[in-house]
Amino acid sequence: MPVNYFPAEFEVLRNYDKCIQCRACERQCANEVHWYDADFGKMLSHDEKCVDCQRCVSICPTSALKIRPNENAFRKSANYTQPLMTEAYRQAGTGSVLLSSMGTPKDYPVYWDKILLNASQVTNPPIDPLREPMETRVFLGKKPTKMKFDKNGELDLSLEPSLTLNVPIMFSAMSYGSISKNAHESLARAAEELGTYYNTGEGGLHKDFYKFGANTIVQVASGRFGVHKDYLNAGAAIEIKMGQGAKPGIGGHLPGEKIKEDVAHTRMIPRGTDAISPAPHHDIYSIEDLRQLIFSVKEATEYKKPVIVKIAAVHNVAAIASGVARSGADIIAIDGFRGGTGAAPTRIRDNVGIPIELALAAVDGRLRHEGIRNEVSIVAAGSIRCSSDAVKAIALGADAVYIATPALLAMGCHLCRSCHTGKCNWGIATQNPELVKRLNPDIAYHRLVNLVTAWNHEIQEIMGGMGINSIEALRGNRLMLRGIGLTEKELQILGILHAGE
Amino acid sequence: MKKVYVNEERCLGCHLCEFYCAFANSGETEMFRAFRLGRDAKPKIRVEDKINFAVQCRHCDDPLCMKNCIAGAISKVDGVVKIDREKCVGCFTCVLSCPYGCIAPDKDGHSATKCELCTQNGGSPACVQNCINGAIVYEERGEA
Repeated sequence: MPVNYFPAEFEVLRNYDKCIQCRACERQCANEVHWYDADFGKMLSHDEKCVDCQRCVSICPTSALKIRPNENAFRKSANYTQPLMTEAYRQAGTGSVLLSSMGTPKDYPVYWDKILLNASQVTNPPIDPLREPMETRVFLGKKPTKMKFDKNGELDLSLEPSLTLNVPIMFSAMSYGSISKNAHESLARAAEELGTYYNTGEGGLHKDFYKFGANTIVQVASGRFGVHKDYLNAGAAIEIKMGQGAKPGIGGHLPGEKIKEDVAHTRMIPRGTDAISPAPHHDIYSIEDLRQLIFSVKEATEYKKPVIVKIAAVHNVAAIASGVARSGADIIAIDGFRGGTGAAPTRIRDNVGIPIELALAAVDGRLRHEGIRNEVSIVAAGSIRCSSDAVKAIALGADAVYIATPALLAMGCHLCRSCHTGKCNWGIATQNPELVKRLNPDIAYHRLVNLVTAWNHEIQEIMGGMGINSIEALRGNRLMLRGIGLTEKELQILGILHAGE
Repeated sequence: MKKVYVNEERCLGCHLCEFYCAFANSGETEMFRAFRLGRDAKPKIRVEDKINFAVQCRHCDDPLCMKNCIAGAISKVDGVVKIDREKCVGCFTCVLSCPYGCIAPDKDGHSATKCELCTQNGGSPACVQNCINGAIVYEERGEA
């Protein structure tokens, strides 16, 4: 057996002057980092097990704990970094694909941070959202392109099925299985109170949550888990997931350990079996095939519900979106490569796909150019981190945005990126009943409502500053954006001017 | 009246309420002082392992402890059962008679002590304020 030395990633620093040996850290650590040595009367720790989730630090009643990166590291190299070296050792030991969770931590450019917003000054004065109406309601779905009249010459007022959002923000797909039932309940209740939607992800809809149907988007993914007629009819819209930003071209794999009784029932698969979503939908190999599935689900729901097609932002995203728009989809969701995931192969997550900012601008531009922008609404996803990102996304052409990581943060996630271990100390990405308990939906749903309400206030403030009183007037309004430190090519793709122009 | 209740399905068994309770009743300004000065701070709330249910005084309608107190030290003030430490003679009949096991001898061993809903520490129960999962609540449930 060769010696495999991995320096612990983190160090647990305990201030023994403050520690009162309450052992709360020990009881609350699913990774079994902390332990009590009765002979010495001291709390001790196994640093190598720590994932830096900050649970112990957050609950320590005397603030005696601190987690910091371990300074004991391999010799520094800008090329062979410590993660690369330990990953090589790990793979040499296991022969397996590396797994990671949540969005890529790599230092790719974030275009949101290189785009600046406009504000009004003299001739088109700003609007105070606290004193004047400020509309953030959004309708998602096909928009009428021409007036239609019936036989008697009366105007046809019927509209295609659509979604009504009080705020231009929805909770994006996270399956029951990848996240806990309490997390799902929190999202569902928050969506209901906010007048927006949450998304079941590909794991089906738990029987307890059918009552939130009016605020639910039900997803149909390649594994077709939990899909049946009542499921399709339970939601306000149906999303066909073609790809996910964090892992384009890759299916999903929920390990058997997470498939407990309830998850198995909801997914309609045997307990303890791995839930494997294939990379492709095995019945979709062309836009025509996609059209067949769209109309199959429309048929099953009597053409009453809009159909969303979610695609990952990849190199040809504009052409793909154009095809999707022509396939009969009502809404296209585009998921950028910095988006989160419950588990993805590390190399895929860190290297495949393109940023949402560029993809969104390219898609909006292409659809406008082809004169089919009104045929579909666009939802931007994949690292919309704050309200100003949402405003920039809308100004780049999105109708609304999907958020997931900020929603998880609101519920207590500390982005330790260990979801795939199933030992989430915050009760979110786990199915262990003792851990699931830690997420109190009464608290979490309220925090989700707070987060989105706060963002909406900020969106209104920013719009007011621009002298815009309706989100409809912001959509695709790229004159409100200026690039900073971007190349000519980047500005051209984003369709914006540089600051100062 | 408002009482402290525990929502069992939310209790994580972290025992932190015990420590916050003991701290609140210790008279110290910092938690580590309450436990590190060798004074053996004692909680008036207890989490039983496995069942995850914190036991504290129910402030009964007709408290047996009050009935049995030989010194007249236990009284009910605004619904809160209180012990007057000046009057308490430390016979611990109350400890024996409490059906919930909520009264204990104080750390000095000369008087009994129990949960008084933090009325002596500012009025808002420390266990409720500091419960990390909102499992302990201080609310009106229509009981006397």
